[in-house]
Amino acid sequence: MSERDLMDSLPPVAANGLLDRRLFMKSIAAGGVGALTVPVLADPVGKDQPSWLLAPGQGAQGYGTPSRHEQLVRWIKPQWPLGATIQGLAFTPHQGLTGTYTPSGLHFEVNHHGIPDIDPNLHSLVIHGMVDRPLKFTVESLDYYPTLTRSHFLECSGNSGALWADEPIDALLDQTHGLLSGSEWTGVSLATLLDEAGVQAEGKWIIAEGADSGSLSRSIPMEKAMDDSFIALYQNGERLRPGQGYPMRLFNPGFEGNTSVKWLRSLRVTDRPAMTKFETANYTDLMPDGKALQFSLKLEVKSVITRPSNATVLPKKNAVYEVTGLAWSGSGRIRKVEVSADGGATWAEAELQGPVLPIMLTRFRLPWRWDGSPAILQSRATDETGRLQPTRTQLLDARGKHGHYHYHAIHSWSVDENGGIAHVYA
Amino acid sequence: MKTEESLMYMRNWILFLTIALTTCVDGADTPELGQPASEADIEQVFWSVFPDGENLPAGSGLAVDGKALFNIYCIACHGIEGAGLTAVALVGGQGSLATDTPLKTIGSYRPYAPTIFKYIRRSMPYIAPMSLSNDDYYAVTAYLLELNGILEPGSVVNAETLPKVRMPNRDGFVNAYPKVPRKYDY
Ligand code: HEC
Repeated sequence: MSERDLMDSLPPVAANGLLDRRLFMKSIAAGGVGALTVPVLADPVGKDQPSWLLAPGQGAQGYGTPSRHEQLVRWIKPQWPLGATIQGLAFTPHQGLTGTYTPSGLHFEVNHHGIPDIDPNLHSLVIHGMVDRPLKFTVESLDYYPTLTRSHFLECSGNSGALWADEPIDALLDQTHGLLSGSEWTGVSLATLLDEAGVQAEGKWIIAEGADSGSLSRSIPMEKAMDDSFIALYQNGERLRPGQGYPMRLFNPGFEGNTSVKWLRSLRVTDRPAMTKFETANYTDLMPDGKALQFSLKLEVKSVITRPSNATVLPKKNAVYEVTGLAWSGSGRIRKVEVSADGGATWAEAELQGPVLPIMLTRFRLPWRWDGSPAILQSRATDETGRLQPTRTQLLDARGKHGHYHYHAIHSWSVDENGGIAHVYA
Repeated sequence: MKTEESLMYMRNWILFLTIALTTCVDGADTPELGQPASEADIEQVFWSVFPDGENLPAGSGLAVDGKALFNIYCIACHGIEGAGLTAVALVGGQGSLATDTPLKTIGSYRPYAPTIFKYIRRSMPYIAPMSLSNDDYYAVTAYLLELNGILEPGSVVNAETLPKVRMPNRDGFVNAYPKVPRKYDY
């Protein structure tokens, strides 16, 4: 018994913290003169039990971590040795996750200019420009506002960017679909703060700037800002992590992740967009005619089978397996997910795991009997607006192959006669 | 109605409306903890520059000086004459956008010169942003625009001239909000 446990087990003997006088005697006994004796018998009853049953385990940690036997971590994209080393791309390992809420430490990150180490006492949010009252909010002050909590996925529009390539890449699911995660976000409605500042009639856009060294900046349409955007302060119940924008980020549900500016410190109300680097260089989609789509803000309907996925091997033929995956859309709820085991010739509707939330990851499942012959597994999602996920051919026919962003075509896994799963274009 | 009576009637209405409005504006449903932001507060956080030049700082620069600065502060990552090294190329690619090997650089792709300046001034050199003077930032911008053949040699770059620079891909963008244009839809 530890001293702490002993103290807890002893009732107070008088008010204000006085404890049983035997406490010290017992402590001495526990810590001292050989009172703790572990029997060493030739034939103990537990001799066939695993080691962790034969002695008490460790105490609890202040902040829990996964079992040391689990190695599931984010894939970090290798960086150039000089220069861009502080840029960070961390991909969620969906091949090893089964939920719709991504553990915060496995949430994807794209940091164009590294992760700033912000002192929340020195950080504030300034709302200015075409407003009646330019205002400054401390981090602490936002905690006193009515809170809003939403479950939403966040996806980088560069997610699946590797799939524009002519040849299918042989990589785990993190590399092809890992710039996507789901969380419960809590914060303050942006409209609430904008109303307090008093947006003037000409205010049609908001320029959001972050407090990172590169000051990532994006222009957000006012109708979005007033509709469902919010300032996120918490993720999955705890303060945002530095890689997610600590102490505050903008969150624009259903918009490409880059618009949800992290480390937010400035919101300028204007009558026009600022045409920042991140909306005139990155995050614009080059089309085959040489024009580029700009403000392609909304994320499209998409799905992927997460299990089985690339590099797994089905252990047995003529057996029933669960095909499961994720579906999501920036336009609202997922209405339907269909699965094909014959490369898209026939489709069957999968079961959706409830509750199906708008602009959130939705898990689907379907049992599948694998007879041992080669197969192509696919999923395709339909969202509540009726929009159906396109085939790869449809997407490339419409947008060419140099768009770089917003790849969202049907994804294919081949199954060979040994049960091996590989990424293919089908 | 007598004048006096109608006046009182109106006064009551005004009183009622004022109360109704102030309860709305003062929206008792939040604590309204925003503090007035001063000009200095705004200046500290607001770096965006608009295509028409709004928020460009004072100062000016020439490519000759920009070249010297570039070779000290930028070349390690962006390469000789901005050809690209560990960081993106800043020169070239004009005419390549509709081909099978498009090269997107500030010269071939970016539509507005002032916002290129803004990014360099606020974010570069990558390891030490905001470490040069406004004149220096105008000068490296001048150098990069000259390297791309967009400015005549010897052009003065400042808040007056930068918004007038015509970028080759000025009309290369199609708005996709709220919807991707039909032409590019499946
Ligand atoms: C330590 C390496 C490094 C140095 C030094 C550096 N840069 Fe950069 N630069 C980068 C990286 C990395 C990016 C891309 C950042 C991102 O991910 O958004 C970049 C982006 C840029 C861009 C945006 C390109 C585009 O397509 O819009 C410009 C312009 C630029 N740098 C100019 C400069 C200038 C001018 C200097 C010198 C004053 C400089 N850089 C110094 C690494 C560097």
